[in-house]
Amino acid sequence: MFLWFHKFGSAPHFYRIAGKWIPWLTALFLILLTTGLYGGLVLAPPDYQQGDSYRIIFIHVPAAWMSLLIYVLMAFCGVVIIVWRMKLAEVVLICSAPIGASFTFLALATGSIWGKPMWGTWWVWDARLTSELILLFLYLGVIGLHNAIDDKRIAARAVAILAIVGVVNIPIIHYSVEWWNSLHQGPTVTKFDKPSIHWSMLIPLLLMALAFQFYYALTLFQRCRGELLKRERNSKWVNELSEGNDV
Amino acid sequence: MSEFFAMGGYASYVWSSYGLTAIVLCLNWYLPRRTHQQILRQLKRRHSKQSSLDRKK
Repeated sequence: MFLWFHKFGSAPHFYRIAGKWIPWLTALFLILLTTGLYGGLVLAPPDYQQGDSYRIIFIHVPAAWMSLLIYVLMAFCGVVIIVWRMKLAEVVLICSAPIGASFTFLALATGSIWGKPMWGTWWVWDARLTSELILLFLYLGVIGLHNAIDDKRIAARAVAILAIVGVVNIPIIHYSVEWWNSLHQGPTVTKFDKPSIHWSMLIPLLLMALAFQFYYALTLFQRCRGELLKRERNSKWVNELSEGNDV
Repeated sequence: MSEFFAMGGYASYVWSSYGLTAIVLCLNWYLPRRTHQQILRQLKRRHSKQSSLDRKK
């Protein structure tokens, strides 16, 4: 286990493995995406209250889940950076931030587009929406802080602390619809009893969520490969890489 | 088919959400790829410059 951890953590090894995995991850993502979209847009029946407008759920909810998941992963990387000073965790943390910010933006934007016909307004300052907006600022803060510090090792530690502190926002987002009165509807899937959503809608929703996870993995790997090359441009393995043409 | 695109009267909301998502996901896929290619090209150039300098010595 530790040997694997060590090997996976080494930059040239990760660079190679990530390059090999990207086509497979892309293929899985595309398969899940098309089946999820087909199930969500064609097979699933219209909602009895919201008509066809509810179909935004198939991107809104998975995007919102991803925004939380990626942040938790970043905070986990933050702990690894502080405790073990692992270089790969630094790369993963900083490469995750733009992807997480994108998903947060999508969750907010699609929610807003959904809110207009259903609530009659693009935006309300309620707990769920506000805490998700704070999450977007946390992501942007991570990116900004990392860009502001020239020494990338110091930048990584600063960003790690920000990521760890910001994680308090995650349970606030999740429970916001239960703790405060909100226009936003309560959870329909992550309830302990039976989810209050029909399986013909639930299955495409889960497929889309899975598709987004594969998408995250593949773009993360792509970003990490670039970042690793940039950071280690003077190392032996990058030198050897630029000698050969097999990249 | 046109019924499918009409989305029960919510076409503009549904399709703008999906369109926006498609744009953001494509950009997130394309931009890191381009950066990666640029870095590789830079490294290659630096490397060939280095080896031609070595030959002159």
